[in-house]
Amino acid sequence: MATLNPAVESATASHHGRKGVWSWMTTTDHKRIGLLYGVSSLLFFLVGGVEALLIRLQLAAADGTVLSADAYNQMFTMHATTMVFLVIMPAAAAFTNYLLPILLGARDVAFPRLNALSYWIYIFGGLFLTISFFVGGAPDGGWFGYAPLSTQVTEIVRMDYWALGVQILGLASLLSAINFITTVFTMRAPGMTLMRMPVFAWMATVVAFLLLFSLPIIAVGLFEVFLDRNLGTLFFDAAAGGTPLLWQHLFWLFGHPEVYILILPAMGIVSEVLPVFSRKPLFGRSFVIFSGIAIGFMGFGVWAHHMFVAGLGPVAEATFALTTMLIAVPTGVKIFNWIGTVWGGSVRLATPMLFSLGFIAMFVIGGLSGVTHSIVPSDTQQHDTYYIVAHFHYVLFGGAVFGLFGGIYYWWPKITGKLLNEGLGKLHFWLMLIGFNLTFAPMHILGLRGMPRRTYRYPKGLGFEFWNFIATVGSLTIAVSILIFLINAWRTKARGRVAGNDPWDGRTLEWSISSPPPEHNFDVVPVVHAEDDFWHRKYREDEEGRPVPIPGGGDPLVAGPDDPPIHLPSPSFYPILAAFGMFLTVLGLVYVPLGLVLAGVGVVTVVWGLFGWSMEPLTREEH
Amino acid sequence: MGRSTRVHPGIGRRRRVAIVLLLIAVALLLAACSGNDPTNLSRVVDGANPQSSLDARGPDSATINDLYWLVFWIAAAIFFLVQGALLVAIFRFRQRKGKERAVKQVHGNMRLELVWTIIPVLVLAVIAVPTLSTLFDLRRAPDPGENALQVEVIGHQWWWEFNYPEYGFRTASELHIPVDRPVYLTMTSADVIHSFWVPPLNGKRDALPGRISNLTLQADEPGVYVGQCAEFCGLAHADMRIRVFAESEEDFAAWATAQAQPAVIPSEGPAAAGWETFSTVCVACHAVEGTQAQVRIAPDLTHVASRTSFAGATIDNTPENLRAWLHDPSSLKPMRPDLNKPSQGRILGMPNFHLTDQQLDDLVALLETFK
Amino acid sequence: MAVLDHTEHAGHPDLGNVRKIAMWAFLGSECLFFGTLISTFLLYHNTTGDGPTAKEIFSIPFTSVSSFVLLMSSLTMVLAHHAAGRKDWRQMRVWLLATAGLGLVFLSGQAYEFTTFVHEGLTVTTSPFGSAFFVLTSFHGGHVAIGVLMLLATTFMSFGGKLHEGQGMNVELVGLYWHFVDIVWIVIFTVVYLLQV
Repeated sequence: MATLNPAVESATASHHGRKGVWSWMTTTDHKRIGLLYGVSSLLFFLVGGVEALLIRLQLAAADGTVLSADAYNQMFTMHATTMVFLVIMPAAAAFTNYLLPILLGARDVAFPRLNALSYWIYIFGGLFLTISFFVGGAPDGGWFGYAPLSTQVTEIVRMDYWALGVQILGLASLLSAINFITTVFTMRAPGMTLMRMPVFAWMATVVAFLLLFSLPIIAVGLFEVFLDRNLGTLFFDAAAGGTPLLWQHLFWLFGHPEVYILILPAMGIVSEVLPVFSRKPLFGRSFVIFSGIAIGFMGFGVWAHHMFVAGLGPVAEATFALTTMLIAVPTGVKIFNWIGTVWGGSVRLATPMLFSLGFIAMFVIGGLSGVTHSIVPSDTQQHDTYYIVAHFHYVLFGGAVFGLFGGIYYWWPKITGKLLNEGLGKLHFWLMLIGFNLTFAPMHILGLRGMPRRTYRYPKGLGFEFWNFIATVGSLTIAVSILIFLINAWRTKARGRVAGNDPWDGRTLEWSISSPPPEHNFDVVPVVHAEDDFWHRKYREDEEGRPVPIPGGGDPLVAGPDDPPIHLPSPSFYPILAAFGMFLTVLGLVYVPLGLVLAGVGVVTVVWGLFGWSMEPLTREEH
Repeated sequence: MGRSTRVHPGIGRRRRVAIVLLLIAVALLLAACSGNDPTNLSRVVDGANPQSSLDARGPDSATINDLYWLVFWIAAAIFFLVQGALLVAIFRFRQRKGKERAVKQVHGNMRLELVWTIIPVLVLAVIAVPTLSTLFDLRRAPDPGENALQVEVIGHQWWWEFNYPEYGFRTASELHIPVDRPVYLTMTSADVIHSFWVPPLNGKRDALPGRISNLTLQADEPGVYVGQCAEFCGLAHADMRIRVFAESEEDFAAWATAQAQPAVIPSEGPAAAGWETFSTVCVACHAVEGTQAQVRIAPDLTHVASRTSFAGATIDNTPENLRAWLHDPSSLKPMRPDLNKPSQGRILGMPNFHLTDQQLDDLVALLETFK
Repeated sequence: MAVLDHTEHAGHPDLGNVRKIAMWAFLGSECLFFGTLISTFLLYHNTTGDGPTAKEIFSIPFTSVSSFVLLMSSLTMVLAHHAAGRKDWRQMRVWLLATAGLGLVFLSGQAYEFTTFVHEGLTVTTSPFGSAFFVLTSFHGGHVAIGVLMLLATTFMSFGGKLHEGQGMNVELVGLYWHFVDIVWIVIFTVVYLLQV
């Protein structure tokens, strides 16, 4: 690279100098942390997938005997907890970490070490939840942990693992949320106004705010569950006058925004992919952004639609029915604008585009079945049945997971420098689409026919056998499609096509830099002049509004001798140390009172980590 | 399906071809997975989908269905419009191989945005009106003039207790109701949250500890309707079922009169020996009216022999099944009995008392007399 | 090259501003945290079971005094911030320590209050009212304690090594947090104590 700036050279050189496990453990580079998030969430995706397959095998026929009731309850609790907290949220965090600074034209997030801390808390939280399998059984009270079942102290520690595990995973997300919000407000490149931010950055911002305001609510709820279990408080003890419904309010006040926390990043990804592969800007861009914000706000006003059979009274039910219906409006606006983006474009059906289109098609189904939940009377039939399971898998799998895979295929060449194989990618997409629909479409029917969720077996004679069997066949098809993805990833590592800087003719800043990006992201901090700034460097519009290439427009910017020096955050050992301390703390708290010793060691470790942290210089000494 | 008198015109029927294709595989998997379970609903339930919410057998369920289908067809229309638009967009504007087109860079259209904001609002308004009116209608308690039967429902891990205060008796997991008369359920829970659900008769309603909730059931015709607990309530949540027997007024009155009779302790034979065991072991949890057994942690057994099932309406009530149950309850239904915590009703299922063969035979003989 | 911070980046905002935004975001989250705890308390304020009621155990004069102490600590915090603005490090330390001291007085008051309540028969296991009261006020007390630690650490760090621009910012951040914890207490004092007796 012919750079004239010595700082760029030194930054580049040090990038190659940092290798090995230790460098990953101490990294503060947002891209490396993004990769760690990505790989971890993929591993947990396989774990959660195996849990799902076991569930499906158990239910393939009436009176299944693959799993005991006890094992089954652990499986569905952990499947949901894993997929929500250890897969989709961190996968979104992976994209946000890796891309947000680059999309904004920045060299890192606002707080690189805090970012590392978030990751390490997440991974220790995941580890913490996972080890419960080996020490007397995993949590078995549902990912929603309804009190007083979750406070019934018959299972000794299982739900303690859940309450504390979710608690520290929440802390990890809260810290990232603060980090991302600060990054968005303070680290944007010159000229990158808020409205010029890519839609993915916008959705990441909305998600950060949702996390910021919903996590403290569930944090209180989880403390109350934990204290009820271990200290004898009476928050959810009906005999003493406690109200189990309180938990449901707290959980869903968090839980419904959480749904948008899971889906909005995928919506952001799709909003990036569709324009690139339609060769047209996003239709109604500001409407897509504002509907995302509207969804975020309204997401806090619909929680009680999860409680339509709990007996809130018809007035409250009517209110939440209306708010739930209303939230369909901004969601619809997004879908129509996406179709508007494709309409009139020059559509390339590459794998990222297929996944994004699949996202729209599947999400429409999930959205429509969602509207049926707002019909309170019919929700009293559908509530807690497989109809609901079908609905939210259309949103979270057909929606979020398809969107995230679209993002993986789209940004893989940027992140690794190599293109994933298109043939295998398309095979992956079609198999997953078919398998997904085989698995979850029948669940609508099962639910309407009266099959409740969270039941480890069903007797013969209820008419559940056939569609359950189909669903199991579908889930195995999904498993095969994931296998194909893994093969594709593996093959690409060895003999993937080299991508170059801009393989898709992209529109946003990440395509203006090398693949993979240098550690400092930008040799020159870009000055932004428009939405989709990189596209406008490459093309101008003729009189009819058609793009005309500008020769050399996509060439990388070269730093001059007068450009300011580049400083990168130093690696730090303290984030992982503090996170490990938290792990010891929660592990100790599970086994009160004896475990308090371990918890004490954990707290001391956290303090040590934070103290060392605050004493550490902020940026690397440069020579 | 041959014996069926009320087969739901199910969605499954349209997939006969698929069924044939997968039949062999199904058979193989069924053989591999199916356990040996004494549960057999066929004795009381007919029809292909007896628990279906789409197969309304009472006025409430029918009202809900009408509303559901209205929304379903509106949703279906939107589904075809949106997916159609998406498919047209994809195929019409698909880039042919190697022919990249420079397309007009359209950024949006204010009028379209308004249209696709306002139209959904209007559609939702159309749905909202019947939703709200039906909602208030269904939540209404029966009028005094309707002469509703009052039943108290208490959810337990993992069975349902039904009290008939007008008649002064209790029963478990099998609810008898008269046809064409509203039955007003007053529900609560003894432990965790449960949800009472008999789909052909009405939607579900949670039974929460420390709180009263209500649900109205009404059946149009005599018959047996099945349902189950719909709120996850722990280990044996799947095995917390409900059978509702809708009967003519005369049959119901006869049944209620019989149920209100106290039990008579047998004075001789194996049944009398069975009482010896019962009065030392079973009385810790079970009540039998007319005797000193009055603890109500577990189901009332005064007329256990009159019921078609036991163990949360999951096992057919035959002497053989009963004996197998008494021999090792947790082998038939997953439970977690903890004898150290019999207070608070948190015993979590029937313990294994390691009864001898003789005790088992005697106990079964005794229970068979509780008709 | 010397240690640099982001203030010297072209086109980047100063580090202080970055940290202030983060602190505001964090406090926004804290609002919901305490809001939820206070809501729980309001739900259970009358659910006293066989245990003592709010009327029976709260001593408004005592808690008023400790609330006043905490309020005064906000004043000393402002003075510390002002001193830091003038780069009068000695004054700043004095006021920081005064703030920490007042915080400690408040915490001792809370400890005394808790002991009294326990003696009068109200513990976390007495009633949902007891659970909600103790958990809410303990979480607040925990926040005060962390604030005291931060104040002491800021004072301590101002002794060690050179005083640089970041010093004033540290004081400002701790101040933001401290004022927030104070305001939360005013809400708690009003809702939990005054409205219940």
